[in-house]
Amino acid sequence: MAGYTREVARRIFAQEFRESNLSFKDGDDQYAPQYLLTPTGAKVNRIFIVGTLIEKEDIGTDSEYWRGRVTDPTGSFLIYAGQYQPEAAQVLAECETPAFVAVVGKPSTYTTNEGDVLTSVRPESLHIVDGQTRDMWVIETAKCTLDRIKELDGSSPNAQRAKEYYDPDAKHYSSMVSQALKSLKETY
Amino acid sequence: MKQLAQEISARFSELGVEIPIEDVEERLDKMINKFKVPREEARRSVVNYFLKSYNIKRNEFYTGQSESPLINISDVDDGKWANIRGKIVQLWDNTHESISQVGLIGDETGTIKFTIWESAGVSSVEEGKSYLLKNVVVNEWNGKFQLNVNKSSSIEFLDEEIEVGNATVEFKGAMVDIQSGSGLIKRCPECNRALTKGACMEHGKVDGVYDLRIKAVMDDGSSIQDAILKRDLVEGITGMTLESAITLAADALDQGVVLEKMKDSLVGRYYDVKGSRVDRYLIVESISPTFTYDASELDELIAAAEVI
Repeated sequence: MAGYTREVARRIFAQEFRESNLSFKDGDDQYAPQYLLTPTGAKVNRIFIVGTLIEKEDIGTDSEYWRGRVTDPTGSFLIYAGQYQPEAAQVLAECETPAFVAVVGKPSTYTTNEGDVLTSVRPESLHIVDGQTRDMWVIETAKCTLDRIKELDGSSPNAQRAKEYYDPDAKHYSSMVSQALKSLKETY
Repeated sequence: MKQLAQEISARFSELGVEIPIEDVEERLDKMINKFKVPREEARRSVVNYFLKSYNIKRNEFYTGQSESPLINISDVDDGKWANIRGKIVQLWDNTHESISQVGLIGDETGTIKFTIWESAGVSSVEEGKSYLLKNVVVNEWNGKFQLNVNKSSSIEFLDEEIEVGNATVEFKGAMVDIQSGSGLIKRCPECNRALTKGACMEHGKVDGVYDLRIKAVMDDGSSIQDAILKRDLVEGITGMTLESAITLAADALDQGVVLEKMKDSLVGRYYDVKGSRVDRYLIVESISPTFTYDASELDELIAAAEVI
């Protein structure tokens, strides 16, 4: 259908998300969506994460501005919620840590003075969930990531662009996936 | 060339038209030998010439030679020719003089819009009866497929009842959002439409009837699906009844708390929804939370990760 279609929420492990730094817009239009391309070739405008919220802190000066740290088996995501993310900020303000949370949000990047690119997530929604949902997410994200790794040598424009820009080591990411999956077994 | 001429002449005589073989041969000869037209082109041209001069429809001549496959409505594809067996579900007001009839036809696998063009010159169809549409072409318009009955198509009446089904689709994924217009809503008592700000689009300001519904966005990481949950499903999955939702809203003096509560208990979790697809929505018939995965699935994935 022509016109607006909702962006799919991609599934990315924290480690891959942290190692991403290619941010771009599709087209020159002011309202063109912003994307983050990850090393395995996911073109991300929206991301879905389920992990453990281990830290939260109000770092705002005037109004509330919450920073949270959500971990998955491979690392952690930083999430920032302020007055323009009222629903998420409210949950962050009220919840206890640690807690399993599901976050739907937009990736955002910040370039430091040293030129390093830091990635974070600006949540559209943040909800408390259970451990089973978190395990489901790990499985699903593993599947999605493996599919992307397999596609890296394919002809899709995202894969080709990721290959050109990051020159990713497939082994590096597949061992990340297998490590994440094995962590699920340990809990039993 | 003689053989070609005989073929053509024979085919015409099957249709009850006797054309002297010399006439055919003469035209073929002129095309092929004098004007250097390739054989197949010459054949086509000669056939067309005689079709025209004897006023025979092109599809009558070519039937049997290029029979379209009989396919299910759910399997139609853009640009393909097909035979479709189905029941006329609805006939719509036609909007243009070049259209004879327009409506919806359905078979066991789903429904699709069809257009019978005036130029097709076929007899008209009736609602509720079943037909075999032969040699219709599929195209895409406004993001949806439709069937075109044109001048090379034909329609046969079928004396049988066809069960019109809705193809059940299944979607597994995470519920990533619940859209506005969900939760505790009011509907117009006359037309059942959801009210916006206490008014119906059709009937203006009315005393609405309370209802529960959820417009959810499901996402599996590679595609999204909008899904609509009706009251009984909403009650089942949230454990909140219409009455308790009304009480909740009345206590808070805000209908919005119901939606908030639903979001808290549903968003971010995995569900398996089944239902029928209407436009961009999946009208959900059953929804169940997906909690577990197979241990074997986990092992398979680990193995898959290690071979890369």
